[in-house]
Amino acid sequence: MQKYECEACGYIYDPAKGDEDAGIAPGTPFEDLPDDWVCPLCGVGKDMFSPVKE
Amino acid sequence: MEAEPKAGFRALKITDRVYWVGAIDWGLRDFHGYLTKRGTTYNAFLVLAEPITLVDTVKAAHVDEMMARIASVIDPSQIKCIVSNHAEMDHTGALPQVVARLRPEMVVASTMGAKALQQHFHWHQPVRAVKDGERLSLGDTGLRFVETRMLHWPDSMFAFLEDEGVLFSNDAFGMHLASSERFVDEIEPGVIREEAATYYANILMPFSGLVTKLVERLPGLGLDVRLIAPDHGPLWRHEPLQVVQWYAQWAAQPFTRKAVVAYDTMWQSTEKMARAVADGLQGGGARAVVMPLAGSHRSNVAAELLEAGALLVGSPTMNGEVYPRMADLLTYLRGLKPRNLIGAAFGSYGWGGEAVRHLQQILEEMKVEIAAEAVRVQYVPDDEALARCRELGGRVAARLQELAAR
Repeated sequence: MQKYECEACGYIYDPAKGDEDAGIAPGTPFEDLPDDWVCPLCGVGKDMFSPVKE
Repeated sequence: MEAEPKAGFRALKITDRVYWVGAIDWGLRDFHGYLTKRGTTYNAFLVLAEPITLVDTVKAAHVDEMMARIASVIDPSQIKCIVSNHAEMDHTGALPQVVARLRPEMVVASTMGAKALQQHFHWHQPVRAVKDGERLSLGDTGLRFVETRMLHWPDSMFAFLEDEGVLFSNDAFGMHLASSERFVDEIEPGVIREEAATYYANILMPFSGLVTKLVERLPGLGLDVRLIAPDHGPLWRHEPLQVVQWYAQWAAQPFTRKAVVAYDTMWQSTEKMARAVADGLQGGGARAVVMPLAGSHRSNVAAELLEAGALLVGSPTMNGEVYPRMADLLTYLRGLKPRNLIGAAFGSYGWGGEAVRHLQQILEEMKVEIAAEAVRVQYVPDDEALARCRELGGRVAARLQELAAR
């Protein structure tokens, strides 16, 4: 699954891991994250994320 | 380049191979909106290893002081490596000049730091980006890097000098305190705790969750930390991990019986209310700290809030809005994201009385649990209105007792 990187702080959202602290289960694709999900590191919104080129 | 002994600033030897070569900014009183009543220092460190390395620099205006301190130990042109732990300009302002003058072989920063330096200085200096856990060999010793993203910028990192156990912790564990003394144990302990807490509250509080994770992660890194060298204020050499424990406590922000009452006032009506609220808090067993904004800086309110369990805010209504200084405070506090707070709002007004509703709304946005119904008073509070303010304080105190006992 496609990983996404936060342009603000460099955090990488890995769908395989999800975001446990925000209640996002492992296996959740970036597209399916709720609109109000924010970067767990720096707090910016989804629009600041871009796909990681592998 | 020749040594520059001018001005007579000297380095201070702090370990066999590390020298403090920073600058003391005695006159600083406003650090991006944080009242620095005791000034600050910008710490930079010279590491006599192979290659000779400079860890961090100082604010641009203080470059001569730093260069003079370096020149009291070595010819500055012998510096071949500069490590930049944090791109913020109080630590990198001098970097472009230093790089231009010394032409080091290597500038080292974190991955995000390498980008941030480029975005600050728009230069063509190559920066070696190091990853979390990476080691840079310095001959018979080495630096290990620990990424500390968002503590407090994306680029922040620690550098650990292996043989001497020196943790260059950048902004973490620092404080704004200008002093002749370079070590924590040489300074009045009350001043140290106050300034370290004020620094935490104003710089690190929004990232408390990450602080907790870092404190948990540190022991597993196997670093034998014998000295913590932050980039502001004195260095921790006796039981250096004490400050790490303080950070763990501050990050947890447990409920306490302390309540901060911040207010502003126009014709002393909201002030009378604030005094009655405080009286009610005390009557209910809480400890009240009353902060009139006419004489209490936003950063001091933030510092008081760090170890408090309640935030009560009072403001008159001015032209339909919250009083300007209160709006300033709440914008600031909202950004600092204090946790585990209860609170209430109060205020006087002439006609509309919108401010109290705004205050309560902001408290709710800050996830402050509203522990008592707001009190609004038209014009001047009478005895009955002041009794309601006492009751408001009493309710908050009662809830605080419940939560602090858990």
